[in-house]
Amino acid sequence: MSCQFLLLLLLSVGVSAVEVQRPRGVPLSKRQFYEEGKPFTCLDGSRTIPFDRVNDDYCDCQDGSDEPGTAACPNGSFHCTNAGFRPTFIPSSRINDGICDCCDTTDEYNSGATCQNTCRELGRKERESLQKMAEIAKEGFLLKQQLIHEANRGLEDKKAKLGDVQGSKKDLEAKVEALRTVKEAAEQPEREAKERHLKAWEDQKALIQKEKESARMAEVFLELDDDADGFVSVPELLSHSELDPDADGSFTEAEAQGLLGGVDKVDTAAFESIWSNVKEKYMSEVRHYTSFFFLINSKFHVKFILFNFGFGICFRNLEKEISFDFGPSSEFAYLYSQCYELTTSEYIYRLCPFNRVTQKPKFGGSETNLGSWGKWAGPEDSIYSVMKYEHGTGCWQGPSRSTTVKLTCGKETVVTSTSEPSRCEYLMEFTCPAICQEPPNLEISSHEHQEL
Amino acid sequence: MAPLLVLGLALCLSGTWAVDKGNFKTCEQSAFCKRQRALKPGESPYRALLETMELTNTRLTLQLINDNNKVRLLLELYRLQGNITRVKINELKPLKPRYEVPDVLIREPTTEPLSVLSQDENGVVLSLGVESQRVIISARPFRLDIMEGSDVLMSLNSRGLLAFEHLRMQKVEDGMWEETFKSHTDSKPNGPSAVSLDFSLPGVEHVYGIPEHADTLRLKTTDNGDPYRLYNLDVFQYELYNPMALYGSVPVMVAHSAQRTTGIFWLNAAETWVDISSNTTVFGKMLDYVQGSSETPQTDVRWISESGIIDIFIMLGPTPKDVFSQYASLTGTQSFPPLASLGYHQCRWNYNDQEDVKSVDAGFDEHDIPYDFIWLDIEHTDGKRYFTWDPHKFATPKEMLQGLMDKKRKMVAIVDPHIKVDGNYKIHNEIRSRGFYVKNKDGGDYEGWCWPGSASYPDFTRADMRAWWASMFAYDQYEGTMENLYTWNDMNEPSVFNGPEVTMHKDATHGAWEHRDIHNLYGLYVQMATAEGLIQRSGGVERPFVLTRAFFAGSQRLGAVWTGDNAAEWGHLKISIPMCLSMGLVGISFCGADIGGFFKSPSTELLVRWYQAGAYQPFYRAHAHVDTPRREPWLFGPENTALIREAVRQRYTLLPYWYQLFYRAHVTGEPVMRPLWVEYPQDLATFALEDEYLIGRDLLVHPVVEEGARGVTAYLPGKDEVWFDVHTFQKHNGAQNLYIPVTMSSIPVFQRGGSIIPRKLRVRRSSTCMEHDPYTLYVALNLQRTADGELYIDDGHTFNYEKKEFIYRKLTFANKVLSSVNLAPDAKFTTDSWIERIIVLGASKPSKVTLKTADGQEKQLEFDFDASMSVLTVRKPGMNAGADWTMTFQ
Repeated sequence: MSCQFLLLLLLSVGVSAVEVQRPRGVPLSKRQFYEEGKPFTCLDGSRTIPFDRVNDDYCDCQDGSDEPGTAACPNGSFHCTNAGFRPTFIPSSRINDGICDCCDTTDEYNSGATCQNTCRELGRKERESLQKMAEIAKEGFLLKQQLIHEANRGLEDKKAKLGDVQGSKKDLEAKVEALRTVKEAAEQPEREAKERHLKAWEDQKALIQKEKESARMAEVFLELDDDADGFVSVPELLSHSELDPDADGSFTEAEAQGLLGGVDKVDTAAFESIWSNVKEKYMSEVRHYTSFFFLINSKFHVKFILFNFGFGICFRNLEKEISFDFGPSSEFAYLYSQCYELTTSEYIYRLCPFNRVTQKPKFGGSETNLGSWGKWAGPEDSIYSVMKYEHGTGCWQGPSRSTTVKLTCGKETVVTSTSEPSRCEYLMEFTCPAICQEPPNLEISSHEHQEL
Repeated sequence: MAPLLVLGLALCLSGTWAVDKGNFKTCEQSAFCKRQRALKPGESPYRALLETMELTNTRLTLQLINDNNKVRLLLELYRLQGNITRVKINELKPLKPRYEVPDVLIREPTTEPLSVLSQDENGVVLSLGVESQRVIISARPFRLDIMEGSDVLMSLNSRGLLAFEHLRMQKVEDGMWEETFKSHTDSKPNGPSAVSLDFSLPGVEHVYGIPEHADTLRLKTTDNGDPYRLYNLDVFQYELYNPMALYGSVPVMVAHSAQRTTGIFWLNAAETWVDISSNTTVFGKMLDYVQGSSETPQTDVRWISESGIIDIFIMLGPTPKDVFSQYASLTGTQSFPPLASLGYHQCRWNYNDQEDVKSVDAGFDEHDIPYDFIWLDIEHTDGKRYFTWDPHKFATPKEMLQGLMDKKRKMVAIVDPHIKVDGNYKIHNEIRSRGFYVKNKDGGDYEGWCWPGSASYPDFTRADMRAWWASMFAYDQYEGTMENLYTWNDMNEPSVFNGPEVTMHKDATHGAWEHRDIHNLYGLYVQMATAEGLIQRSGGVERPFVLTRAFFAGSQRLGAVWTGDNAAEWGHLKISIPMCLSMGLVGISFCGADIGGFFKSPSTELLVRWYQAGAYQPFYRAHAHVDTPRREPWLFGPENTALIREAVRQRYTLLPYWYQLFYRAHVTGEPVMRPLWVEYPQDLATFALEDEYLIGRDLLVHPVVEEGARGVTAYLPGKDEVWFDVHTFQKHNGAQNLYIPVTMSSIPVFQRGGSIIPRKLRVRRSSTCMEHDPYTLYVALNLQRTADGELYIDDGHTFNYEKKEFIYRKLTFANKVLSSVNLAPDAKFTTDSWIERIIVLGASKPSKVTLKTADGQEKQLEFDFDASMSVLTVRKPGMNAGADWTMTFQ
């Protein structure tokens, strides 16, 4: 076992423990530039010096390449082989500064510092932690698959429910639309025109309805046409997963093309002909909230509004939930309407994903909003690794509070730490399986190593 | 957070982002100032009673009488060693003793003989011993004139403004026995006690000093506004260019003309106001024009203090450096700081916990930016109980300190003088049980409101209290501390949130004395006790580092000072130059401003410019208010990180120069950062310059303090000088205004031709890591093709230099020979550092360069010559930095 372990170790760092002769601090990959006894040309080509000036503790090359093993050049770098761990470069200013930087101790060859070679230990620890992380990732990834499955089922349920609600909504739709029209009309600069429009309303109802429809179509077209090139294209459609014809959670390009009548993009005229494909399912980013608030603003039908309120809330909640970006496979959907707490010495922090983050003093006192759901804010290649909660309670002299939630892979869904790096800017560490990536198959690779 | 509430309240009251002037008194609102200022120049009621004159070898005494009230004063006059005249005036028989400031003078000054030259019924003429200097005491009215030959150097009471409010029994005039400001009443149990005196300075148009004010280097006349005020105050969001008091006070004014430099040290620790007027205001100049230039320019100064006595030291120069050494002979020199404290300091209110400290520390390594100290503000404590650690955020401080020590870095933790009133707090219980707290007017422990809530204030004027405080820094008392933890004293004006003018009530008592008497000294005492604690904990071996916000004359002996709570504005960057220059002129060299600005958030450009400017100011610390976004150097994109890294690295390469300048300041009292006129005292063009300055004699710095600047105009002094741009090595002639285009990459810095500056070009993680590194000598030749400089080396952190454990060498270039000669043959120290490179600016090409070492060996050295810039680089001479050698350029 120990033999195998050593072998594995040597292979995993990719170099042989047998020291290849080369000047101190030079990586193997650059060995050929440093040929014993032959004049050395600075790696930037700026000048050539006798070989005995390489590592003679005087900086001759502008790029620092003549002193890879001393601290003489301000911009030099030193290569630690670190057999047993990972090879690395350190700034040459760390050579012989009395501080052990390379785990193989090679940076402190003349400072009197007593360094221990810790590479094996570090290597072992790293492998252990990698292995542990891989295990967590593996289990987490399995959990994630379940979560995706559940999420899709839940989504279907909710869509069905939404369908029901939409049915009952239909009866009211005309009135809603009509009211909206009235509202819009009422907001014409000439307020007095309101009365006239109300009288004319019954007669014009049909006409208005038709106009509304085409107005909505134009509006939807504009919303869909993200790049405003006058065409709605397949990629633009794909961002609206609710349009997925078979609602199977995967809205393919072919399906999108189908919706567009078999072409890649349509202009406004062509859009009219496919409008019926789109209009039932299309969900505007803004429309439904605003239409509800239109009602609230309308002063005419208070009773109707009150009646509609409960309906509106229910409708809105469902729609809102469905409209959230729960990740590429809805794997984060299970976090919705959940809350996770962390108690520190002073506060109880509460993260309610897709809703908000709060802080409450442990020993009494009111709750402070540290931000409401804003957006996914990870770097481009892993946008789902960071959540941003914004517009929390305002700070004295400062901005409103906000929280950045960093997600890491874990079996448990739990808030592991919170901090406030800057006043009113909170940072939360959150582990959950949904962020786990499929682990590379370690068993195979280690098997290969053993065979070798 | 309660303190924020207080601050918030202050903000609301002011309604704008600026100081709430209403919180602080004008002269009109300060009863004694108003009273004294109401006296106008005229004939003095005081008469010298010549028949009472007594003259011993070293001391003259004489009674003065006020003919209005017949109260007699006693005048004492001393001639002090080093061309200083001391004049003391007290009541002949005060009802009770009046306060005389202790602990500021480093010793009882050495006196020199005085003799009477002539005497008649009108006055007495005394010889001051040297250079035909005389004091003329005129009897009726009383007046003093100090003469040299036929020139009057300075006159006292020439405008008749000597006033001495004698202590009296019964209550008389309003405002003299009780005074109310806002909601605070000052009971003034001793009644009026103010003192005042005027000084006339013939031939003087430029006066400087009396910090701390956020104002120009050259002091302005005060005829049309308030006098400059000296009263240590915690001023929230101070305003620029006005005479309001700030955190510290040094009652020393320096007067300069092309002929002579003199100084006045007004040794009084009570609230003080200084009026300045001049006959060369615009109106005066017009008169000159009309009358021809027969009228001599003259500056008149008037000092007013609320209590105590008149005790003045007239420093007669004649050169700027004479005044510095005269003042140093009285109050001591700049403490010699540990080398590391001249590096870069990273501070913030607050680094939140050990994890935060660790990650900031790691950030410096990751971005390859050197730093020496990371700082912890008030939040590191357990509920603002100083000498403790927050049990959750800083649970294992020694572990944290060890982590820093492993990287040869250090930490500063704050210890403020307000002590939380809490029966479970050891420090509080000890101070209370020993009776060490300042008392309120009714005799109970004084309590005020500060960061911890209700707080009391130790009476640092007591030597026994200071000794006890110092003992609290012992490693077994101040738990969790190690030798790489140093201290910061903030709020030591003292700041009392709910006190009058945010400070202590004047009728609080320190033993026999009122707070009124000692106010401006309190901060000095806090730092004194703290510095002593750091010395004691190391058994007297290690030099302390203590930063203070409040200060007084003598604070230079105790550590560093910063300009308090400034703001992230270009104006505040700009004012940091005259503020630190003013402090340097009165002995306090170790001065800096918060890099980036404390309040508000700097633009990236401002932050970079501030890092560049701060790299060339003595105390180099970034600091930020808790409510501002984080601003560690790497948070502004890679480009700006690189700019900041470069600025900090420039600082580190120059550490040998900074260190030897501090050694010089410690020995001589010369300022490290100095106005140009100090080195060019005859060059009138330099007298009001405050946008550029010198570091030592040899580096001229013109920071960029304007947004979007494309260039600056720097004045290069000296018609026989040449100056070398340190970035390009371009040579410029002196005595010219030079326009220098600037980019974001650096600020203009010039090395004087004729100087040799040692640098260490191998910048590492911290200054301590650079200890054994080799030197590069920058030899800048003048028109005579000579240059000289110094090299000082010691262990960097102990008092062993006092035992002559150092290397001090003179470097000279003359007749094509560069040599290193021992300046301190009786001193012993060895170093591993060697000379790796010599760069000669303004050189001509030699045919060979030969090094001769002490053992007689000679070797030829290789060199490079850049003909376009006339720069000669000698490659790797290799001699030890402590050795004798000569290098010949043939």
